[in-house]
Amino acid sequence: MIFMNQSHASPPIRVLIAKLGLDGHDRGALVVARALRDAGMEVIYTGLRQTPEMVADAALQEDVDVVGLSILSGAHLVLLPRTVDLLRKYGLGDVLVIAGGIIPDEDVPVLRERGVHAVFGPGSSTQEIVNFIREHVRK
Amino acid sequence: MELVQAAIAGDRRAIARLITLIESEIKEAPAILAEIYPYTGRAYVIGITGAPGSGKSTLVNQLAKSYCDLGRRVGVIAVDATSPFSGGAILGDRVRMRDLGQYPGVFVRSMASRGNLGGLARTTPAVVKVLDAAGYDLILVETVGTGQLEVEIARTAHTVLVVEMPGTGDEIQSIKAGVLEIADVVVVNKSDRDGAERTAAILEAMLSTRERWAGSGLVYSDHSGALLPRLAKYLGGEKSSMTEETSWRPRVVRTVATRGEGIADLLCAIEQHRQHLLTTREWEERNRLRLLSEIEQVLRRRLMERLLHQVELDHLAEVVNSVLARRLDPYAAAEQLLCG
Repeated sequence: MIFMNQSHASPPIRVLIAKLGLDGHDRGALVVARALRDAGMEVIYTGLRQTPEMVADAALQEDVDVVGLSILSGAHLVLLPRTVDLLRKYGLGDVLVIAGGIIPDEDVPVLRERGVHAVFGPGSSTQEIVNFIREHVRK
Repeated sequence: MELVQAAIAGDRRAIARLITLIESEIKEAPAILAEIYPYTGRAYVIGITGAPGSGKSTLVNQLAKSYCDLGRRVGVIAVDATSPFSGGAILGDRVRMRDLGQYPGVFVRSMASRGNLGGLARTTPAVVKVLDAAGYDLILVETVGTGQLEVEIARTAHTVLVVEMPGTGDEIQSIKAGVLEIADVVVVNKSDRDGAERTAAILEAMLSTRERWAGSGLVYSDHSGALLPRLAKYLGGEKSSMTEETSWRPRVVRTVATRGEGIADLLCAIEQHRQHLLTTREWEERNRLRLLSEIEQVLRRRLMERLLHQVELDHLAEVVNSVLARRLDPYAAAEQLLCG
């Protein structure tokens, strides 16, 4: 271990965590961010009140593998597809997009149809999220 | 390489990909760096360092906006700490840089320190080169929140800002060795708080009486061995020609970064320092030392890799066990590993 050569280990998974929309509640996003950190990922946390444009721009510059969006304002059917579209426009169609927050079950299929890979509502464990990312990010 | 050419042409997706490859230290990284190196050397690099919570990111946000308004293309590299336990990191500097989203001329990249202890990631100087080659003519490098000893930024930046806060120390703190010594400009941020005047006065007093190193303000860390100073001396001759008139006296600037107060003064101090470097021998000297130190770091790493490649794992285990059993001391163990 003491002579572990880090450069030949696979680089950490990079995840952007952002609060999309106008609600000011980031507890959930921070809990997830911390869990991903503890799972060995590099988490770029951009904070509250992000627009789809800000998220896509940051994802581009940070070259992330995953974009995790927390949204509680009820505007998920507008803001999440818009973010996915922008990511594709920027050539980031291979980025894994996951969402959390208050999203009614009946909206989940719609969002998946529009390119959101998974939705983790209240009651999801952080381990589920970690596992999902590890399974779906090609490194 | 196509990606390199696209990055040099300013394609932001290509720049981001290239940074990832270099940061991951893939096999091809040296070849990539060789290809971009001829395009580098044009950017002015400003380092921002200071304790956690002193307002570095907020200052970077203000500086980047100001430089953009002056028509500059600004690259930002913000380093945060990697967990020594999980290898993960929270890179949170963007939280304070949300204004920068509206500026198409700004490129912000967060980096995790990935085990490096000097306040930057090991590959930060290489990432500076990518942004430099891509045409960002002003690069702001924000270190991890520092204590007293993370001085690597002095080997990366042309101008180093050390960010302090009111009430964080008295006279004795201000004369301790370390981070404060590398300051070209000391920023007393949060200057709307009590004690700002006193803190600024203490720092002014300290900086006006301190002796500068002969020649440049560049530091050698003690573990960099004798190679760098020896080479520097050989290449640069005796560097004791700095007189009172030609040596830079660090400025102290008071700011309230959240409100943008004092930012104009800060820009002015940075420009004064840049002019100072350009009109004295220091520019050349710093560049030489910066590159020397970079060569040395790469050399050190390659030598270590080569050594470890040669050592058999069971031999290593045997040596470590001997040290554990007190049959061998650590110095003799190292000697044995070196001799194979």
